[in-house]
Amino acid sequence: MDPTASTPSTTATVRRPTSTRFTRGLGVAVIVGAAWVALFGLVLSPNDALQKTGVRILYIHVPSAWLAYLAFIVTGISSAGYLWKRTRSLVWDRVAGASAEVGVLFMGITLVTGSLWGSITWGTYWTWDSRLTTTAFLFVTYIGYLAVRGLGGTLHQRARRSAILALFAVLEVPLVHFSVKWWRPLHQNESVAEGELEDMMLFTLFSGIVTFTLLYVWLVIHRQRTLALDDSVAEHGLDAALAERRQEALQ
Amino acid sequence: MIAMLNAPHVIGSYVVTFGAIALYTWRMLARARQSARNVPPEELPWT
Repeated sequence: MDPTASTPSTTATVRRPTSTRFTRGLGVAVIVGAAWVALFGLVLSPNDALQKTGVRILYIHVPSAWLAYLAFIVTGISSAGYLWKRTRSLVWDRVAGASAEVGVLFMGITLVTGSLWGSITWGTYWTWDSRLTTTAFLFVTYIGYLAVRGLGGTLHQRARRSAILALFAVLEVPLVHFSVKWWRPLHQNESVAEGELEDMMLFTLFSGIVTFTLLYVWLVIHRQRTLALDDSVAEHGLDAALAERRQEALQ
Repeated sequence: MIAMLNAPHVIGSYVVTFGAIALYTWRMLARARQSARNVPPEELPWT
């Protein structure tokens, strides 16, 4: 099928091809939430007795890390969904790919904000402590996962090999999370679980987690639809090339 | 309010976070628009 011969998309769908009423509403909620987090995180929440202003990085660092974990776990579950014959569908593969990409974004943010925070509290941007090292390893693993997704082959070949890789990669998530308990690194333990935060700090942190979770949902919906469009373009391109070859053979 | 001493680190972390998200979103939506031009409307079942 020649894509240029198809009915052209309307202007509205071309301008906002991955958008729906739901995602637009969600997007507005995310923008309001981000402004809220910035206001409370930078202005309204108090300084910490020990860490002073450095604690303000917590409100974006912890939600980013949480989101990265969530994203990689969703990638693992979606990959299992693809590999299981009863539920095999490329939609699972696209959700896995979209979630991994968003997870890499948030893991990168976690590393950068953690590094800035470390500079304030530890006096260094980086140290080879167990939490930092395992986090960096997780980040590199999922960059590798995205690279594997970019290799050639059919859509189902891509889906199968990346799903198998994702099932191994997700095993690193508990390793990173529990590294602060198992190896007692320089990185602090969970401040929330240990009740070290004041009410206003907890509220700001909770706002950050909710906002970032909504942002994650918004990003994954849009990204998996973009992947669907890319797959469609690839399929149509292949169909067009085959039709062209057939035409050449007939002549 | 933020003490001047750590302001570059604290504000920088917010700028990096929201800037990276905005950049990623912009690129993703631009890519979607580009792809949508090459597919028929029936390939966008969610619209």
